[in-house]
Amino acid sequence: MKFLRRFFIRLSNFATGHRDDQRLHDEIADHLAFQTEENLRAGMSRAEARRQAALKLGAAEAIRENHHAEQGLPFIENLLQDFRYAVRMLHRSPGFAFVAIATIALGVGATTAIYSVIDATLLHPLPYPHPTELVRIHDDLPGIGEQNVGMSIPELQDMQNSGIFENVSMYGFGSVNLTGSAQPVRIAFRPVTPAYFSVLGVDAQLGRTFDPHDATPGFNLEVVISDGLWKRAFGADPHILGRTLRLDNDEYHVVGIMPPGFRDQGQSNDERNTELWAATGFAGDPAPRPMRSSRLLLGVVGRLKRGPSGEAAQQHLDALISSLKKQFPAEYPSQAAWTVRLVPLSESAVGNVRQSLIMLFGAVGLVLLISCVNVANLLLARASARGREIAVRQALGAPRTRLVRQFLTESLLLFVLGGAAGFAILFCTWKFLVKLVPESLPRINDITINWTLLVFALVVSLAAGVIFGLAPAWLASRLDLTGTLRQEGRNSGGSRQRLRARRVLVISELALSLVLMVAAGLLLRSFWDLFEVQLGFNPDRVMAVQTWLPVPNDPKTDIYGSVPQESVLLREILRRSRTLPGVQETAIGNLDSLPLGHGFNDLNMSPLIREGQETRKNQAPRIDISTVSPEYFHLLGMTLLRGRLFNEQDVADTPQIALINETAARTYWPGQNPVGKRVQLNEDRPVWTSIAGVIADARTESLADSGAPHLYLSAYQNRANDLVIFLRGQLDSGAIPAEVRRQIQSVDAELPVFHAVTLDDVLSSSLSVRRFSMEMIALFAGTALLLAALGIYGTISYLVNEQRREFAIRLALGAQRGNIVKMVLRHGLVLATSGAGVGLIGALIASHLMAGLLYGVPPTDLLTFAGVTLVLATVALAASCVPALRAMRVDPITTLHSE
Amino acid sequence: MKEKPDVLQGTLALMVLKTLDVLGPLHGYGIARRIEQISGDILAVNQGTLYPLLLKLEHEGSIASKWGASENNRRARFYSLTAAGCRQLQTETREWEQSAQIIARFFKVKAEDLP
Repeated sequence: MKFLRRFFIRLSNFATGHRDDQRLHDEIADHLAFQTEENLRAGMSRAEARRQAALKLGAAEAIRENHHAEQGLPFIENLLQDFRYAVRMLHRSPGFAFVAIATIALGVGATTAIYSVIDATLLHPLPYPHPTELVRIHDDLPGIGEQNVGMSIPELQDMQNSGIFENVSMYGFGSVNLTGSAQPVRIAFRPVTPAYFSVLGVDAQLGRTFDPHDATPGFNLEVVISDGLWKRAFGADPHILGRTLRLDNDEYHVVGIMPPGFRDQGQSNDERNTELWAATGFAGDPAPRPMRSSRLLLGVVGRLKRGPSGEAAQQHLDALISSLKKQFPAEYPSQAAWTVRLVPLSESAVGNVRQSLIMLFGAVGLVLLISCVNVANLLLARASARGREIAVRQALGAPRTRLVRQFLTESLLLFVLGGAAGFAILFCTWKFLVKLVPESLPRINDITINWTLLVFALVVSLAAGVIFGLAPAWLASRLDLTGTLRQEGRNSGGSRQRLRARRVLVISELALSLVLMVAAGLLLRSFWDLFEVQLGFNPDRVMAVQTWLPVPNDPKTDIYGSVPQESVLLREILRRSRTLPGVQETAIGNLDSLPLGHGFNDLNMSPLIREGQETRKNQAPRIDISTVSPEYFHLLGMTLLRGRLFNEQDVADTPQIALINETAARTYWPGQNPVGKRVQLNEDRPVWTSIAGVIADARTESLADSGAPHLYLSAYQNRANDLVIFLRGQLDSGAIPAEVRRQIQSVDAELPVFHAVTLDDVLSSSLSVRRFSMEMIALFAGTALLLAALGIYGTISYLVNEQRREFAIRLALGAQRGNIVKMVLRHGLVLATSGAGVGLIGALIASHLMAGLLYGVPPTDLLTFAGVTLVLATVALAASCVPALRAMRVDPITTLHSE
Repeated sequence: MKEKPDVLQGTLALMVLKTLDVLGPLHGYGIARRIEQISGDILAVNQGTLYPLLLKLEHEGSIASKWGASENNRRARFYSLTAAGCRQLQTETREWEQSAQIIARFFKVKAEDLP
């Protein structure tokens, strides 16, 4: 209280500039008069009386200063004074100020930019309340090495009743055809159990979300739509609630509109852009009967009860699972070792870009570090130039702490200006920069520039300013006073120390940039290897166009419900597509047959039950399956190794056949000829399918994966709703989508046509995150190299300047100019080798940390390491050459005269 | 100033407050004289250190000051205790006495007194 009162009075005095020196002056005069009178009375002479009075009062100037300090806030006053001085100093050397501020702006700007991406993706991966309570629930069968095998409806009910979760919900993902307007539209659609939105904790902006009470086994014919769809398709009609939508030939009514910012959860961008949700129990048509053993290939998300930690919940769950296993031994054979695993939703929402982003942040952190080191180096150089000024200030009685404080103020000003400049540049180039971020990055739309970023930028620059300003300030204030004044700032003890500091700084700069360059080199090589990889299929001149056959809730109304019915449609679409201009070949398949095109959904796998292998229920290995028409393999240039391909005679009423890839043959029939073997692909439907042939492996799942087991079924023997039409030829990619749409809709006007892409685009977008991180790291490495070159140039120049006199004497005594150059270059070489030595150790550590991001190159790739070291050494030597030549040109006469 | 320990700073403030409490409103010289008479050499030199302290106490609200006329009709600035100052003096006196008693007891104790 007292303290506050005093502080506010001082603050107001300080703010208003109020000063009452006259009062003290008068009081002291009075005081002296009283004392003098008293002394006179004691019998002193007048002069002596005055002298004694003054002595007793003490040093008047010190008193006045203390009195003055008590009136205002001396700390802030000093700070302001330092600040004004710092501004003047920067103003006086604009070149230095510009270089330093630009360097910091670069470092802080780049760091803030990457941070903005991390902030949106890693730090706020889920736009829902209490995101840490959200988990994905995975069924695993570790006994047969299978993960995330899907969950059955009775298991879902077990989860709901377990008491661990506030709520759980099962969800799928797919397309639905919205018909009734001019064009049938395909909409990203998610069937969910009614609790879905209450698990996520988001409510509708208009109407309601699903009510747990209206749970039905099948679809309950109510839908919730996204704000985007509402505005786009219905012109934001406020009376939309209750309106009927025709979706896959069934009629639903709209019960709610989600708020504008709502984004669905999910692993792919497609899923996150879901625009329509329908409630279902997944237990009636068109889903199979709910049996404990029939796992649905769907996702399950739950919200944990508040309180117990994730670990406690997992333990609780484990106990439940083991009691269920005892209760239903037939469904849960012990060999399969059924477990249920809780995975934080945030983790699966970010998925595989986490590592790339963390690496990027590490890299940009190094760039920031290098730019700070560079500025520290500049500050030291300036301290040398200001040796005389510092000496004079010290001679006039400035204590060292005061000098340090002043230098620190200067460097803080520089860093804050740099940080602000970096942020300003970021702010201005924002629109452009966001375009560089690959679209496949999760939550890319949520990357924004906001106050958090500004605070981040300022905090980073302040912290950097303190850390990297303190050492130069400390070293600069450490001066051999008499020596400096006498020698006019030349060769004093402090300067040797500063030189040592500068060497350390340059070596660390070189080392850090080596680390970055090695990382960039390794990524570049991985990327190149991926680009050059033998795909096993030929994406050249191939376009893929998608359509979706509706799945009505009542199978009897499905006009494509049987294989023969659908085959007619497929053949007609293929026949018509072949007539399009430029088209040479056509094929059709389901979405899984689109190479590299189906995201990261690992739920599209079916069990593979081999004849004679005695696989019991729920124990079969799982395999990726796609359904394709006979022309598919020729169109994509995939080679047949054994047996035969599908042909037009393999139809619904001929025996079921399948093709497998080489890896599947090797994995499941090691050392045998798989052709002729029989398998079952559905645990509930015992139909034998014979393996008719083996196809060479192709990287259709992922470029980095040389082969996962894969099985192909004939589109004329199996149904599929998510169709992809492949076209090869000299195609006009602008006109093809419309022409295909015309052809397909002349067969069935209610089919939507969407997502037309060339396979080359699919290929390049599957590499987009890798390309992005590689380009970024390469950019950072280049910047780092440039900064390091500047650093070594500055240090060698400084060295040459310091030794100018020595060179002049050597030259005067007859030294060869070539030797002088050699001397200087040797300094550069020593710095470069030490930097490279330290850097190589750092690079080894870094490359092992990022091993998961590499493809085809070992983390200790000799070529990269050697090449990068060579580049660094060359650049370092080149940067030392300029000052070396300057040293050579020293004119002994003028130099020795001038000093 | 700096060489004097902080304890003395605190006691000096207390002395000022007590002086004003006993003698009523007083000018700076009067306070200095009084403290010198009682405490001897604390203010023997550096009587001037009193003035920044008076300003501090005034900022804290413990004392107030105004210009007035002295006994021999000189102009002088008179300091007086405020109500807050009175309370502060009371609490600080109590605290001071307590700690003084404790210290005194410690000094009285001899080795053989300990159980």
